[in-house]
Amino acid sequence: MKNDEKLTTKLSEKNQSRLWLLLSVAVAIGFWTLLSVIPKTARCFPNIIVTMKQIPVMIMRGVLWKDILSSLISVGAGYLLGFVIALPVAILMAWYKPVRNIVEPWIQFIRNIPPLAYVPLIVIAAGVGRKPQIIVITIATFLIMCVTIYQGIINIDETLLKAARVLGAKDRDIFVRVLAPASLPFILTAVRLGASVALTTLIAAESTGAFAGLGMRIRSLNNNFETEPMLLYIIIIGIIGITVEKLIKILERKLTGWQEKREI
Amino acid sequence: MAGEARNIKLRIDNVKKSYQGRTGEVIALNGVNLDIAENEFITVVGPSGCGKSTLLNIIAGLLDATSGAVYCNDKKVVGTGLDRGVVFQQYALFPWLTVKKNVMFGLEMKGIKGKEAEEIAMKYIKMVDLEKFMNHYPKELSGGMKQRVAIARAYAANPEVLLMDEPFGALDAQTRTQLQQELLETWEKERKTCFFITHDVDEALILGQRVVIMSARPGRIKDIVDVTIPYPRNQATKMTKEFLDLKNQIWSQVYQEYLEVRK
Repeated sequence: MKNDEKLTTKLSEKNQSRLWLLLSVAVAIGFWTLLSVIPKTARCFPNIIVTMKQIPVMIMRGVLWKDILSSLISVGAGYLLGFVIALPVAILMAWYKPVRNIVEPWIQFIRNIPPLAYVPLIVIAAGVGRKPQIIVITIATFLIMCVTIYQGIINIDETLLKAARVLGAKDRDIFVRVLAPASLPFILTAVRLGASVALTTLIAAESTGAFAGLGMRIRSLNNNFETEPMLLYIIIIGIIGITVEKLIKILERKLTGWQEKREI
Repeated sequence: MAGEARNIKLRIDNVKKSYQGRTGEVIALNGVNLDIAENEFITVVGPSGCGKSTLLNIIAGLLDATSGAVYCNDKKVVGTGLDRGVVFQQYALFPWLTVKKNVMFGLEMKGIKGKEAEEIAMKYIKMVDLEKFMNHYPKELSGGMKQRVAIARAYAANPEVLLMDEPFGALDAQTRTQLQQELLETWEKERKTCFFITHDVDEALILGQRVVIMSARPGRIKDIVDVTIPYPRNQATKMTKEFLDLKNQIWSQVYQEYLEVRK
């Protein structure tokens, strides 16, 4: 009986949050519709039906799937590369003081520069096309992920290392059995923040003379004042972003559910 | 030690520890000498900043002494060793491991694997009465339960000496009393040499055969009080005249040190 009660409250809790989400979306659509009728904003906010009708239009033009695929390839490759570089650099920074003292100021410095500012330099160096896109996303995601992982590692509770050592752990055991699991939550947080940065850098990355891509298309639609497909593309970026974030959150819950506190 | 001829388990020989502080050399410990017999329960009291934790870390091999040395079984301590186990105030459980896996950690480091490790772990999990929670993660446990796991983990690794750094300092009064009682019962059964740090005079007296009082700045041993109250001890012991007299005697010395630190 008691268990049943627990189950129902738990279920209704889940349903409740779903209901709230639904309500939130409904209010957003309502607000959007309002913007689409107010004369001042009507031009840049076509209503939901008009916007959705752009899906077949853009498919007919033969660009929608190409753009999504192209952006996903650039974002995916840049993001993966950024992570592969960030992880060892963050570990080296945490482990060796000289590395930290020399590299950290660079990262802090570059991190505050909007990627759009250095895109022309990268195009000059790497030419147009896919390469500069990937480089821009790699740089941006590397910076955020490296800082996040490094901060996490240096904040690992030192008594855990002490406890492992008095229990007979050697350096290798400490690395594999303490440092690695203890830094996993920060690595996953970095992965989540990195994904978000990868998408927000998309427009800058695709301003490098790309031939396709969500960011590139938005810019080119902008040149013809085609606000309807533009809005569609903006929403698509948003949907990709939230989907990726949700997936990473599921991964976080699966892998680091043991944590006392969560969420950053 | 009441005339008993006992082996010296731990010898602390003229240990000095100093740090390079901002305004010059800071002496944390100055000339600490102490012999701890096998099976003995030693408690250490003193105001914060008297270097008692530093001393424990040096015995554990987590810190090096500036001069002097610690000997365990007549062997000079260099680094950590499985002959010395530590229980920390902050529990220091691995949050990504279940209770059982935490207790098994030291066993696996020793190369004891699989069923054998599990059996030993279960014995100590039962000792601290946490079988029901063996598959839980630390975040699901209360502070007292966490410290029980930490104690089981230290015992399972089977050290000859248990070093405890204010293990009950972060617990509420009821839980602390209960864990003291459990620790006493375990000690009477297993008779492991214990070096137990606390700032609580009652705790020092109820547990220890000898109470070491430390003075601050620089930390050194001020006095050693023999606690002649026989075991088994319990909460009623705290009401006896013998206990109260000793408590007064120790308390006034500790308080004096506390005032010194305040200056």
